[in-house]
Amino acid sequence: MHIIVCIKQVPNTTNVRIDPATNTLIRAGVESVINPFDMYAMEEGVRLKERLTGKVTVITMGPPQAESALREAISMGCDDAILVSDRKFAGSDTWATSYTLAQAIRKIGAFDCVICGKQASDGDTAQVGPGISTHLDIPQVTYVKKIEEISKEKARVERMTEEGFDIIETPLPCLFTVVKEINTPRLASLKGKMRAKSCEVVKWTADDIGCDPKNIGLDGSPTRVVKIFTPPPRKGGEIIKGNDAGETAEKLAEALKSFVI
Amino acid sequence: MADTNKIRIILDKCTGCMLCVKTCPFGAIEVAGKKAKIDLAKCNLCGACLDSCKFKAIEIILHTSAKKDFGEYRDVWVFCEQKKGVIQTISYELLGEGKKLARKLGCKLCAVALGDGIEDRAKDLAERGADKIYMAESPHLKFYQDDSYTNVLVELVREYKPEVMLCGATTIGRSLISRVAVKVDAGLTADCTGLDIDKDNRLLLQTRPAFGGNIMATIITPNHRPQMATVRHKVMKEAEINKGHRCEVVKKHFPDNILKSRTTLLDMVEEIEETVNLAEADIIVSGGRGLRGPENFNLIRELALTLGGAVGASRSAVDAGWMPYSHQVGQTGKTVCPKLYIACGISGQIQHLIGMQSSKVIVAINKDPDAPIFKVATYGVVGDLFEIVPALTKTFKQVSG
Repeated sequence: MHIIVCIKQVPNTTNVRIDPATNTLIRAGVESVINPFDMYAMEEGVRLKERLTGKVTVITMGPPQAESALREAISMGCDDAILVSDRKFAGSDTWATSYTLAQAIRKIGAFDCVICGKQASDGDTAQVGPGISTHLDIPQVTYVKKIEEISKEKARVERMTEEGFDIIETPLPCLFTVVKEINTPRLASLKGKMRAKSCEVVKWTADDIGCDPKNIGLDGSPTRVVKIFTPPPRKGGEIIKGNDAGETAEKLAEALKSFVI
Repeated sequence: MADTNKIRIILDKCTGCMLCVKTCPFGAIEVAGKKAKIDLAKCNLCGACLDSCKFKAIEIILHTSAKKDFGEYRDVWVFCEQKKGVIQTISYELLGEGKKLARKLGCKLCAVALGDGIEDRAKDLAERGADKIYMAESPHLKFYQDDSYTNVLVELVREYKPEVMLCGATTIGRSLISRVAVKVDAGLTADCTGLDIDKDNRLLLQTRPAFGGNIMATIITPNHRPQMATVRHKVMKEAEINKGHRCEVVKKHFPDNILKSRTTLLDMVEEIEETVNLAEADIIVSGGRGLRGPENFNLIRELALTLGGAVGASRSAVDAGWMPYSHQVGQTGKTVCPKLYIACGISGQIQHLIGMQSSKVIVAINKDPDAPIFKVATYGVVGDLFEIVPALTKTFKQVSG
C-alpha cells in the first residue's frame, strides 16, 4: 500500500504573543512546527503501512526551511520525503496550493490513499484537502475519526459530524482528512531520528511537476488579501465578588440576566 | 517570466524605520544596514507593508490580466443545508446576511436546497427572505455525499451563474464548497466574520480572522466568479420571518451520472449526550482540569441544562478521558461563538482561547487570579468552582422557576 501524507509547516501558536505596544504579532523567535492535525495524518499513514505493508511518502509545499518538517516526519516513520518549493508559488491561496500539491502527487505516481490533517492551525480553512481530491478527481472523506477497515480496493471509515458520526464506504484511491480523535501520534524513535538526519529529501520546483504558470502562486489564486489589521484585543472585564458563594452567584446571575432569558 | 509579480524596496527612499517590519503579518521583512530587506520565501505579496510605509519606499508590481466581463453573473446564493429534511439554522443566518448583500448589489437572494421530499421546506426558505429557490430532489440527495452534492451544485452554478455564494462553515459546508470552488474556478474564503460589498466594483469584501483571531484579513476575489465564502455558526443574525414574502421555486432534475456518488453512506450514529449541538448553542458551559475528575462534569451538565445550553470541555479534560472529543473547544477541537460562554476551571491556554474568544460574553470561574482566562473574560469570579457553580445553578433555577 502506498500512502501519501500532505503536511504543512506552521508557526507554533503556543508561542505566538502580541506586542502590547504595537498590537502586532511577535514573530521573532517563534519556532515552526508541523501543523498539529498533520501529526495525526502522519501517524495514521504509518499505522496503515505497518498493518498492510507498503510505504508512506510525505510531501509539503513551502519555503526551503520546511525541509525540517519533512525530516521530523521521517523520524516518525515516514519513508520518503518530497519538498515542493519554488518562489513562483509565493502568494498561493488554497486553490493554487491544492493544484500544486495535486500536480506533485501526480508526479509521485501510483498511490492508494492521500491523508491530510483536517485543517492547518495558521489558516484554519480546511479547503486544501478537498481541493487536492477535486484536482485529482478521487473520492474524499473529510473529518475521519476512525478507519474501521481498509484494503487495496476499499475502506470503511467513520466521519465526525456535528451530531455524532457517519459510517462511509469509499473505493480506493481516495483522500482522507483526519481529526485528532483518530490516534495518538508516537514519539520519534532513535532509529527514526538517525534516519531523518541522513535521508535524502527530494526537492521539486514548479517546472519539475509540470505546473501551468497561470495556475500557481498569485496568478493561480482567485482570492487576494487587500487589508490586514489587528482587531482590538479583548479586554478583561469586571471581577464579581460577594461575601460567599451564594452572593457571588446572585451577582453574576444578575449581570447575565439579559443573556440567559 | 517577464510578467511575474514583484515586490521591491526602493533603497533611496527607505530610512530603515522598521514600520513595515512591525506590520508584516508573515514576518518576511527585516532591517539590515538601515535598509529593509524582504524575504521572498515568506512574502505573500499581501501589500500590508505598502500601506504602512510613510516614505513610499516599497513597490509591488502585480501583473494583472485584462479585466473580465462578469455581466452575466447575477444574484446572491445561499446553500441551505438540510439534515433529515430539516433546514439547519445556519441557513437562516446566511439568508439574513445574504439579504443585506443582495440589497447592496441590487439583485435577488436565492436559496439552494438539495434533498429528498423537501418540497414543503420551500415555504421556510421563502419566509426567511429568499426571492428564488433552486431545489433539486432525488433519493441520491437525501443525505449529504460529497460527489453527488458537488456535481449538482457545480451544474447549477454553471447554468445560472451566481455572483456571490454563501455556505455554512459546517462539516458538510466546508467539505462541499471547497470542491465546488475548485471545479468552477471560483475564489473561496473560509470562516468569514464580516461581509460587505464594494458597490463600485461589485466585489464581496470578506473579512476573516487568521492566526487564531490575532489578526484580521480582508479578502476579495477580483477576477473570478462566483465569489464564494463560508461563515461560521452564530456569526450572522438569523433572517426574520416574513410570512407573506413572495418567492419563485425552480425545480431541477439531474440524470443519474450527476447524482451518483463514489462513496456510500452506510449508517449515521448520533452520540451527542446533550440535546444541544455545540456549534449551534447560544450558551455553552465548559469544564477543564479544575474539575479534578470526570464525575464532576455533572456540575457542568446541570448548569448547562438549567440554562438550556451545551457542554464544552478543554483539551486537558478531553485528553484525560473525562469527556468525549466531540465536546472539545479550542484549536484542535471546535471553534464556537455562542452568546454566553462560561469557563469553569479552565486556565485559558492560547489554544483554548482561539476556540472561544469570539463569544459575545465570557464568564470565567477559576481559583487562580492570574489565570489567562481572566484576560478575555467579560465577568470573572475568582473562587472555588465547586461552590460557585452549584450556587449559580441554584440561582438560575430560582430565576427561571
